[in-house]
Amino acid sequence: MRRIGIIALNTFREAVRDRVLYLLLFFAGATILLSRVLSLLTVGDRVKVVMDVGLAALSFFGALMAILIGTSLVFKEIDKKTIYTLMSKPLHRFEFLLGKFLGLALTLLVMISLMTVFFQAYLILLGRRGDGRVFLAALYIFLEVVLLTAVAILFSTFSTPILASLFSLSFFLIGHFSRGLQTLIRKVPAGFSRSSLRLLYLILPDLENFNLKTEVVHGLPIPANLLLTSAAYGLFYTLFILTLAVIIFRRRDFT
Amino acid sequence: MMSDILVIDDLRKSFATGFIPRQKEILRGVSLAVEPGEIFGYLGPNGAGKTTTLKCLLGLVFPDSGSLTIFGQPHLSLRARQRIGYLPESPYFYDHLTAFEFLDFYARLFGLKKKERGERISGLLERVGLADAGRIPLRKFSRGMLQRAGLAQALINDPDLLFLDEPLGGLDPIGRKELRDIILEQKKRGKTVFLCSHILQDIEMICDRVAILVSGRVVSSGRLRDLVSEKILFTEIEISGVKREDLLGLGESLAGQEGRVLLKVVGEEKVEEVLALVLRSRGRVHSLLPRSLTLEDLFLDMVKAS
Repeated sequence: MRRIGIIALNTFREAVRDRVLYLLLFFAGATILLSRVLSLLTVGDRVKVVMDVGLAALSFFGALMAILIGTSLVFKEIDKKTIYTLMSKPLHRFEFLLGKFLGLALTLLVMISLMTVFFQAYLILLGRRGDGRVFLAALYIFLEVVLLTAVAILFSTFSTPILASLFSLSFFLIGHFSRGLQTLIRKVPAGFSRSSLRLLYLILPDLENFNLKTEVVHGLPIPANLLLTSAAYGLFYTLFILTLAVIIFRRRDFT
Repeated sequence: MMSDILVIDDLRKSFATGFIPRQKEILRGVSLAVEPGEIFGYLGPNGAGKTTTLKCLLGLVFPDSGSLTIFGQPHLSLRARQRIGYLPESPYFYDHLTAFEFLDFYARLFGLKKKERGERISGLLERVGLADAGRIPLRKFSRGMLQRAGLAQALINDPDLLFLDEPLGGLDPIGRKELRDIILEQKKRGKTVFLCSHILQDIEMICDRVAILVSGRVVSSGRLRDLVSEKILFTEIEISGVKREDLLGLGESLAGQEGRVLLKVVGEEKVEEVLALVLRSRGRVHSLLPRSLTLEDLFLDMVKAS
C-alpha cells in the first residue's frame, strides 16, 4: 500500500504539472460562464439552464481529463522507458498500475472539486441559494470519471494513446446511450432477440447511472437506493476494469 | 555454485517481429554466474542480446525458458530487488521532477526514512558531480548530467549488485574516469557490478571476469587474465637506414614511408637479429612495440568466428 501511495503521489505531481489539464480547466470555466449567455436565449428559469449546462460541462471536461491524461500515463512510462528503472525497484506491476490509477483519480478529485466550487460560487452570484445537491451531482460525476480513468488505463496497457483515447471516448458515448436499449428491449417480442439485447445491455456500461442532473436541476427527489446502487455499480465496474488491466499488464513485455 | 550472487541458466527469449509476426530468437541458451565482489563484464556487438538479458533479469520481459536467480532467490522476488541497482542504457527519467525529487521518489520505494533519504541524496548528488543541480528539473539536464543522475538513482539503495548498461555512453573523458572510479569504489566496498558494454578499453581496465555474447550465445567467458594472454604475440619495430633486401626473412614488412620500414617480427631471437642489423648498418630504431593479445583481438576473433 505504501508503494502504491508513492506511485500515486508521483502520478499526481506529474498530472498537475501537465498543461493540458489547465487548458481543459480553463475551457470548463469558460463554458460555465458562457452558460449565462445561453440562458438569456431561452425561456423559463434561466438559472436552471445555467445549472444544466454547468453540470454537463463538469461531466464532459472531467471525462476529457480522465481520457486524455489516463490514456497517456502508462503509455508515456513505456514509451519514454521510465518504466525500466521503476520496475527494477522493489515494486509489483499491479502496484504500479493501481498507483497510476489512484494518482489520476486524486488529480480528478481536485479538478472536479475546483470546478464545482467555481460553479457553485457562480450560481450564488446569479442569485440562487447555495445547493448541497450540486455537490452530490458532482460526486457522482466524479464516480463516473473514476470509472473512465480505469477504462483509459486499461486501453493504454495494450494500445497507443490515440487508439486508447478513441476506445475510451467510445466507452463514454456508448455508456450514455446504452439506456436506449431498455426501450428497445420493451418493444422487441420475447425470445432470442430480447435475450440478446438484455445480455448486450448487461455488458455495455450504463453511465446514466451517475447522471443526477435532471433531479438536481429540477429539484426532484433522489431516492437513497438509487444513490446506493449507482455507487455500487461504479465501484464494481471500476474494480472489474482494473482487474482486467492488471491481468494484461502483468504479462506484458517491455521491449 | 551456491555462493554465486547471480546465476543465469539456459536463458532463452524470442520476440515476434515484422508485419506478419515471426519469432526471432534473441537469447539462445545463455548461462553464466557472477561471483560476489567482482566486476563482471558482459560484452557483445550490437544486437547480441545484452540488453535483453538485463531486461529478463530485471523483470521487464519474461523469458521463454531458463532460470534466473539473484542472491539465491527468484529474480522477480522483491527481496532480491531490494538489493539491486540498475542504470539503463539511455537515461530516460521523469522530466517533470527536479534531481532531488527524482532521487527522493526512488528512495521512498526502498522505504528509506526522511532523514536518511535527505542525507543519502545529498551525498550521492555530490558523488556524481551534481551537488549544485539538485533543484533543477531533469528536463534541463544535458545527456551527461542525466547519465550522472541515473547513476545516482542506481546507487540510492546502496545496492549489493549493480547492473550498468552501457554506462559510459554520453560521458566526456572526465566523466568516464569518474564513473570508472565509482565502479572501482563499489568493488572495494565488497559490492558486485554487472557491466554491459561494447567499449572494450573500459572493460579491460576494470573488469575481473568477462563473458562474450554473440548472436544470443555466450561464446567465451572467464577471468580476463586467462582469456587475454600476457604472452607477447609479436613485436612491431619501426626502423630506417637499413636496406630492404637485408630484412628478408626477419619479419613481415607492414608499411614504409620516407625511408622508414615497419616490421612485424615474431620471436625474441628475430627481434635481436633485427636490432643487430640496424646497429651494423648504422640505421635508427624509431619505435619498438611488443604486442600481446588484447580483449579487442579476442572479441573480434569471437565475433568473426561466430
